[in-house]
Amino acid sequence: MDKTGIHPGGEHAHIAAHGHDEHHEELGWWRSYVFSFDHKVIGIQYAVTGLLFLLFGFTLMMIMRWQLAYPGKPIPLIGQWLGQDRAPMGIMLPEFYNQLGAMHGTIMVFMGVVPLAVGGFGNFVMPLQIGAPDMAFPKLNMMSYWVYFLGGVTMLASFFQNGWDKGMGAAQSGWTSYPPLAVIAPGQTMWLVGMIFLITSSLLGSVNFIVTIVQLRAKGLSYMRLPFFVWAQLVTSFLLLLAFPPLEAAGVLQLMDRLAGTSFFMPSGLVVSGKPLLISGEGNPLLWQHLFWFLAHPEVYVLILPAMGIVSEVIANNTRKPLWGYKALVYSLVFLGFMSFVVWAHHMFMTGMGTTMSAFFQTTTMIISIPSVVILTALLLSLWGASIRFTTPMLFALAFLPMFGIGGLTGLPLGLAPSDIHLHDTYYVIGHFHYVVAPGTIFALFAGIYYWFPKATGRKMNETLGAIHFWGSFVCINLVFMPMFIQGLGGMNRRMYDGGLQYAHNAGLLKYNTIIGFAAWGLGLFQLPFIYNFFSSIKWGAIVDRNPWEATTLEWSAPSPPGHGNFLAEPIVYRGPYEYSVPGSPRDFTPQFEPEGA
Amino acid sequence: MNIPYTVEERPDSGLANGKLGIWLFLASEVMLFGALFSTYIILRTGAPEWPHGELNIWLGMINTFILIASSVTMVMAWAELKLHNWARHRLFLILTFVLAGVFLVNKYFEYSSHFAKGEGPWHSTFLAIYFTLTGLHGLHIVGGMVVMAYLLGPGAILFKRNPEQFVNRIEYTGLYWHFVDLVWIFLFPVLYLL
Repeated sequence: MDKTGIHPGGEHAHIAAHGHDEHHEELGWWRSYVFSFDHKVIGIQYAVTGLLFLLFGFTLMMIMRWQLAYPGKPIPLIGQWLGQDRAPMGIMLPEFYNQLGAMHGTIMVFMGVVPLAVGGFGNFVMPLQIGAPDMAFPKLNMMSYWVYFLGGVTMLASFFQNGWDKGMGAAQSGWTSYPPLAVIAPGQTMWLVGMIFLITSSLLGSVNFIVTIVQLRAKGLSYMRLPFFVWAQLVTSFLLLLAFPPLEAAGVLQLMDRLAGTSFFMPSGLVVSGKPLLISGEGNPLLWQHLFWFLAHPEVYVLILPAMGIVSEVIANNTRKPLWGYKALVYSLVFLGFMSFVVWAHHMFMTGMGTTMSAFFQTTTMIISIPSVVILTALLLSLWGASIRFTTPMLFALAFLPMFGIGGLTGLPLGLAPSDIHLHDTYYVIGHFHYVVAPGTIFALFAGIYYWFPKATGRKMNETLGAIHFWGSFVCINLVFMPMFIQGLGGMNRRMYDGGLQYAHNAGLLKYNTIIGFAAWGLGLFQLPFIYNFFSSIKWGAIVDRNPWEATTLEWSAPSPPGHGNFLAEPIVYRGPYEYSVPGSPRDFTPQFEPEGA
Repeated sequence: MNIPYTVEERPDSGLANGKLGIWLFLASEVMLFGALFSTYIILRTGAPEWPHGELNIWLGMINTFILIASSVTMVMAWAELKLHNWARHRLFLILTFVLAGVFLVNKYFEYSSHFAKGEGPWHSTFLAIYFTLTGLHGLHIVGGMVVMAYLLGPGAILFKRNPEQFVNRIEYTGLYWHFVDLVWIFLFPVLYLL
């Protein structure tokens, strides 16, 4: 058997109930690795594409950080390659800075984290954890990947559009794309078309996920025996399914505003560059914000819930204890999912939508913090009294807890309208949500990569390189985001091309930009051990058996890597997901798939 | 490799995969059109005045009846297939397809009368939301017609190989078609009458 990589053609699974001896076809290279229906291959495609987009989106930020640390100085190394329209003599133009900002947000959220967390981990791990041979609709699964891919290509291509989309380059109106600016600014049409691809891909994916979890669970796997990761994917899929269509509607409306001359989001009497804009008018710019945040707040939970799922798996495995309060975790998760649909306008306290609305949305926002705290507390209590294995995935999972804690707690002043008035649109907001998403979610995703890498490849990643990657990233990422709280509390505005040089109140705050810059570039350097580790371990990593972490959930009963059809025998589930250190048991783990008395 | 429950129902959920899939898809469609209807409400309540009598109520009403009729023929196509009356199933499915086509022809006349006056979506907020809503609905009609054409043409071979699965496909197409019909039943009063 080929142990060097993922080999869908190797080690065929023969499911007892559905033998496939009638036709045994070898799939060609294209069907095995490119246009594959296999959920594992699609999951890896999603994950690798997502990782590449994360790296690309992070690179955009590293370039922006130069401009903030040294405003108006030529960008070293790559500045000369950016072109006269973006950075003449290597000095960044304000328009290019805005493009980088808008595309950094878009890429990280919609093309990096979500595809990796849901498309990647969800696709690869979830069917294995529920004992399914594949996703319910394998062709649809392949299609959602390729539609996502098209969306990604559209977004990347928008950097190079030259003049036909109301100017040059990519979208410049932030990832939130607020009109009227977004309707008149360059590059936005391609952004909208790209988003419609990405949304369609998410919709196809979420239908597939829900049907798979409801329909294809193995014998004996009741809902309350599901690993927490599967629960997280289920709730996430519902959020994607129900929250994304309104953004699709909003995208269509904004596209109409740009291309068909409508004024859904354009008020009457707009004056642009000293000239009145010739539009029919009577539109409502706030409407876009409502439709956008109706998606984008649940989207925050789309980013964080799969991360919580991954962390739960890793913590249970490395504490050798059952998760503390599994049922409380599940109920909190479902409640969180419901509540996430009624908090969106806490992003809009400053828009003049009225105090009644603000009062309602700040109340729901305070309510939604309760289940988040329950989940975090349960995970923290799971550590109590455990003899923890400090493996690389566990280091990342452990770091997730305080990092997400900081991110969550700094959100409370933003959720309350009176304190938000001071903090809105400052670097405090940037610090807050990046603590949730970067050292929060992305650390959890790293934990997941180190944890399930042996299942995907049959080899383990190097622990020493993993530790270097973790400690370097951990120190740097805190040096990036912690100073932002200070800047934000001092009133420093976000989205400033030069960091806000001309404002007196920024005088004492600009020095932090240099620290943040160096920390960000250091963070970039500390990803190199990971990249090397990832590729070298595919070839030279230590070969592992089916269950290298001595874990309890179903994916570890399949071969590493699993063949087409996943399991060699039909999996049957006998117990809950986290039966670690059961008293009287000879080993400290009792897998879900082992019969009583085996 | 076979995916379980593609044709038969899973005992504990009482559903085949495709049935659950199409219902979830329709749930997302409800959110899509729900957002657009909300947009309509917000724009209309915020407008100083709202135009009346810009649309031809008769054409709209005829189209309403055409779509309702097509929903009936769709159900008949499914019921006849359940009874294994292949020829009558084909007849009703073709009828549904033709009715959908007639709806679009009607819509074309409506659209072109607006454009003839130079009144496209850019003309007013009312026409903007009118063209967006009916245009998106029209795309859904076209989507339904593509699926029907497939089930009438190359997709019909499945009936020989796996009749149960083919019956399911007709049923799911029907569910989608009724939804498209239902959207129009909301669109007609909202845009033409109110």
